Amino acid sequence: MEGTLNLIGAGLIVIGGGLGLGQIGGKAMEAIARQPEAAGKIQTAMIIIGALLEGLAFGALILGS
Amino acid sequence: MFTAYLKTAFFALILTAFATAQAQDNHGDVDHHEQVVTDGGKVNTKEEIKSYIEHHLQDSHDFHLFSYTNDANERKHIGFPLPVMVWSSAGPKFFLSSKFHHDDNAQVLVKEGDATFFKLHSKIYELESGAAAVSYDGDHHPSNAHKVFDFSITKSVFGLLAVGLIIFLLFRSLARQYKIRSIPTGVGRVLEPLVLYVRDEIARPNIGENKYRKFMPYLLTVFFLIWISNLLGLTPFGFNITGQIAITSCLALFTFFIVQFSANKDYWKHIFWMPDVPVLMKIVLIPIELLGIFTKPFSLLIRLFANITAGHFVVMSLIALMITLKAQFGAVVSTGLSVVLTLFISVIEVLVAFLQAFIFTMLSSLFIGMAVAEHDHHEHAGTEEDDVDEVRERFI
Amino acid sequence: MNLLEDFSPGLFFMQAIILIILIVLLGKFAWKPILSALSEREEGIESALKAAENAKLEMARLEASNEAAAQDARAQRDEMLKDAREIKEQMIADAAGQAQEKADNIIASAQEAIESEKKAALADIKSQVADLSLDIAEKVTRKELSEKDAQLALIDKMLAEANI
Repeated sequence: MEGTLNLIGAGLIVIGGGLGLGQIGGKAMEAIARQPEAAGKIQTAMIIIGALLEGLAFGALILGS
Repeated sequence: MFTAYLKTAFFALILTAFATAQAQDNHGDVDHHEQVVTDGGKVNTKEEIKSYIEHHLQDSHDFHLFSYTNDANERKHIGFPLPVMVWSSAGPKFFLSSKFHHDDNAQVLVKEGDATFFKLHSKIYELESGAAAVSYDGDHHPSNAHKVFDFSITKSVFGLLAVGLIIFLLFRSLARQYKIRSIPTGVGRVLEPLVLYVRDEIARPNIGENKYRKFMPYLLTVFFLIWISNLLGLTPFGFNITGQIAITSCLALFTFFIVQFSANKDYWKHIFWMPDVPVLMKIVLIPIELLGIFTKPFSLLIRLFANITAGHFVVMSLIALMITLKAQFGAVVSTGLSVVLTLFISVIEVLVAFLQAFIFTMLSSLFIGMAVAEHDHHEHAGTEEDDVDEVRERFI
Repeated sequence: MNLLEDFSPGLFFMQAIILIILIVLLGKFAWKPILSALSEREEGIESALKAAENAKLEMARLEASNEAAAQDARAQRDEMLKDAREIKEQMIADAAGQAQEKADNIIASAQEAIESEKKAALADIKSQVADLSLDIAEKVTRKELSEKDAQLALIDKMLAEANI
């Protein structure tokens, strides 16, 4: 039972993380499309935010497992 | 290591040469690959694969490449032992890990003077005096033994030393080159842009033009240490250096102390008495900000550890596909699928190896930059910048 | 997987020691010389660029002054040429005037001389005519007294003589 709950929790974390990453990636694409000359800065910011999100998701995954 | 050995035939060639040169037990010219695959009953079921992967993810006390069973049904291990250094109740003890005879299940007891040691799940325990054999409690923890302070040269420490040596030799040669000419040649031509990258893309924009110099040695060392360690983890040698929570904790703790010790008045003021905020809000914010001090390095250590662990786990699981899917799809299809997927994930892992080093260094310099920045918040209270800072801090 | 159980204090300790040693060693033997060499090189490049910029400015300045000097010289030359042309024209005009004057003078004196010669010749003729007239008148007067025919013949004869 506990294992199943763990799996469900992991799934929720992955869904949340995926949504977040999708938002970041999509907005970054839009931003780059709007201002291609700022692509470098946008990418760096995107990676940082992505990493923060990932840290959060991984933290949850590891604490849950 | 068997799964790593299967990774590519190319690496297997190099490895075999390396392993035979270092082999503990002498043996003839055997076709290892054939042996391992047909070596039934070793790592074939799901549970065995899982425990094998978990074993890999942990640190180990010997440098073990792979094992096989020879025609005489003897288990052979290819690798070499590493020195064990423990602090037991009878003082410091030093011996070679070969004394455990590759045992990881508390079967072999090693007597060193007054103390008796055994190894269980990659951890060294000391048996209580008077006990003759290990007994377990309900959770399968030894009840009549305790862990010792184990500062052995484990596989990870060995890897760290190797990485440190590689970095030192590479950059020492680069540093030497500058004495002769102003533009380096050869390997230096590759290394110089990396140093410039860390300086110009990571340290400078995040810490600030005037203050970044002081932190460059730490940032550069950490960047290259993590990067090379990550890359070494992708080789079939089976290192998992940055996947050890102790190592990422240590790195994060360094960042933590550097941030706290280099922080200026503004930083502490922002934590304990946030300017331009109502008094009630200030009191609410103090614990949040205090927590933020610790969550930042915690997220650093968890991120690196989890990424590398997950990467190794996924790669090894995909390699294991050739065994788990063999019954359903046959040997050729399952092996092909496994190779394609593993190759794909390995390429991504090469990217992740760099990305994690970059992010660790980047966030470290970001935190340092926050601590040493000189705010002029009184003029533009509640502007966009402050909001961004606050959101970022909470988020971290 | 239990994280706390997984955490190895010994590994942490070793890592801390290795990291400190690495930071110190690399900082002393690698990062410091590399970074200082890099910044030195960058400063060198920057100063070289600045020097090149300065040289360019100096060049432009020199070129401008050269241009001005050339302009000056050209203007001076034009001026001189103009002067010379004027002088030449003046001289030609002067010479022509003088020549004209001289010619006029010569012509005038020639005319004067001719006039005076003519006058002298006329005076001479006049006196001769007077003499002739006197002669004729004398002869006529003398013959008239003797004969009429002879007078007439004489007049004819004298007229023939007086054929000028």
